[in-house]
Amino acid sequence: MGSFSNKLSFSKKLKEASIHGCFLVNALLVILVLAGIFALLVWTSFPAFKEISIKEFVFSADWNPTSYVKESYGILSMLVSTLMVTIGALLFAVPIGIGAAAFISDIASNRVREIAKPVIEILASVPSVVIGFIGITLVGPYISKVFNLPDGLNAINGSILLGIMALPTIISLTEEALKSVPKSYAEASLALGATKWQTIIKVRIPAASSGIIAATMLGMGRAIGETMTVLMATGCANAMPTNFTDSVRTMTSAIAIELGEVAYDSTHYYALFAVGLALFLITFAVNLAAELIFNKKQKQ
Amino acid sequence: MTNRINRIKEKIGFSILATCLAVVVFIIVVIFSNIIINGYSVINLDFLIKAPTDGMTKGGIMPAIVGTFLVTVITAILSIPLGMGCAIYLNEYAKQNLFTKLIRISIRNLAGVPSIVYGLFGVVLFVQLMNMGTSILAAGFTLSLMTLPMTITASEEALKSIPVSFREGSLALGATKWQAIKTNVLPYAIPGMLTGTILGLSRAAGETAPILFTGAAFYLPHLPKSLLDQFMALPYHLYIMATQHHAISEVRPIAYGTAMVLIALVFAMNLGAIILRYKLRKNRKE
Repeated sequence: MGSFSNKLSFSKKLKEASIHGCFLVNALLVILVLAGIFALLVWTSFPAFKEISIKEFVFSADWNPTSYVKESYGILSMLVSTLMVTIGALLFAVPIGIGAAAFISDIASNRVREIAKPVIEILASVPSVVIGFIGITLVGPYISKVFNLPDGLNAINGSILLGIMALPTIISLTEEALKSVPKSYAEASLALGATKWQTIIKVRIPAASSGIIAATMLGMGRAIGETMTVLMATGCANAMPTNFTDSVRTMTSAIAIELGEVAYDSTHYYALFAVGLALFLITFAVNLAAELIFNKKQKQ
Repeated sequence: MTNRINRIKEKIGFSILATCLAVVVFIIVVIFSNIIINGYSVINLDFLIKAPTDGMTKGGIMPAIVGTFLVTVITAILSIPLGMGCAIYLNEYAKQNLFTKLIRISIRNLAGVPSIVYGLFGVVLFVQLMNMGTSILAAGFTLSLMTLPMTITASEEALKSIPVSFREGSLALGATKWQAIKTNVLPYAIPGMLTGTILGLSRAAGETAPILFTGAAFYLPHLPKSLLDQFMALPYHLYIMATQHHAISEVRPIAYGTAMVLIALVFAMNLGAIILRYKLRKNRKE
């Protein structure tokens, strides 16, 4: 009897251990996917650097892989384009996002809050290709009229669309950051005779600033990596942009446009993966920075 | 006097903040009204059940709807069990150690990887190394990896909401850990896990960049016959109709119709998830 129950518990133990093991392997997969993305990008972009010097790749603004005279692979103009639309997007999405979040969390009545929050969630669920389509049909013609341009497919258009897409992230995370500010801060400020407005601007928003910065960084990472909207709405001219009214080709749209046309196993093919690797590293750094800022705040 | 100035300042400040929210809501209203007003008149039964004809200048978008449906099903089949499994590990088994920390960091970073980079990964791993070719399968696998962080996070939230006493009760009666999870945790957590998963899938259904090079086709004269065939997809179809077609202004109505169907699809999935969540909350309260 005793040996029987022992045997049973042994098989039970084995079963438990193997189930535990299965879930462990499953969780390992996440690390494997992230490492795998990095490894495959490095591996596939490696052949490109046999032909291209890293210096040319990073610092040359000349991207002309199909030239008959001399092929060139510099990503600087794409990098600048990406930064331009991203900064343009944040310039208007951050103040509007913070303002909207402050209104929702500190001023709005419960009813307004109950309506506003799901409505903003809806914006987050709109596919990027639809936002790009809006850029072509609605934002573009408007920009061409205002700035007197032949068409409105340029960095301004991309910035507006990316800003719209970053808004839900910025608003919801800023709202959370404001929510986590201790109530005593505001109470002390109000007790000293400050108005509610002064309290929001001078006490609550500064107290939530690290959370707000983290929210901005996450919105920034999203904007840098966004493909379809910039592909559709920025015109994608392959040149160094000098102005926000210029058409720009970001890193993401260069990959999207050229990977479909390129010959497999050519330097151009591998160079596009190198662009992907650069994109991966940049967004990785931005997200990591956001996380560090956020963690620092939580420790305090 | 300063009191009055302060009160005026406060009023101005509040109205600036209110304007910020109004701008956001205005943008949302403009986007939706534009798509709905222009898309509504295009949509009829023929548009939904017919294939494109006359060089995609006439006809419907049925193959794109079917393609998006198929690729979303593949995504679901892969990402639901993998995401739930990872969440179960993190919430039920994992100890507070470096390994667990590494997993969590990976999940957050995966969520930040640009969708086109997932596309590149899919091209090398699924299309080439695993020999799937450009196909429904390769695109579905790529999308499932992309949705994994969302599925895991949502599933873990659902598991967290199940009280510890549920597990303890079962363990006290002599159940093993897995038995406790299977009988006393999962039945209550699975609906909540599904809610988050559906939201992730709705994101996948609307994605274009990851499927650009892993299986989406410009135009196919017939429906895919197997999972190793290429497919037409709603978001990719909208992209083509808006930018790549030879007669862009002529097909603009079709593009609007496609956009509306795509939004309606994403919306229906979101609504389904929200209703599910609402019902759950109600059930729990009862």
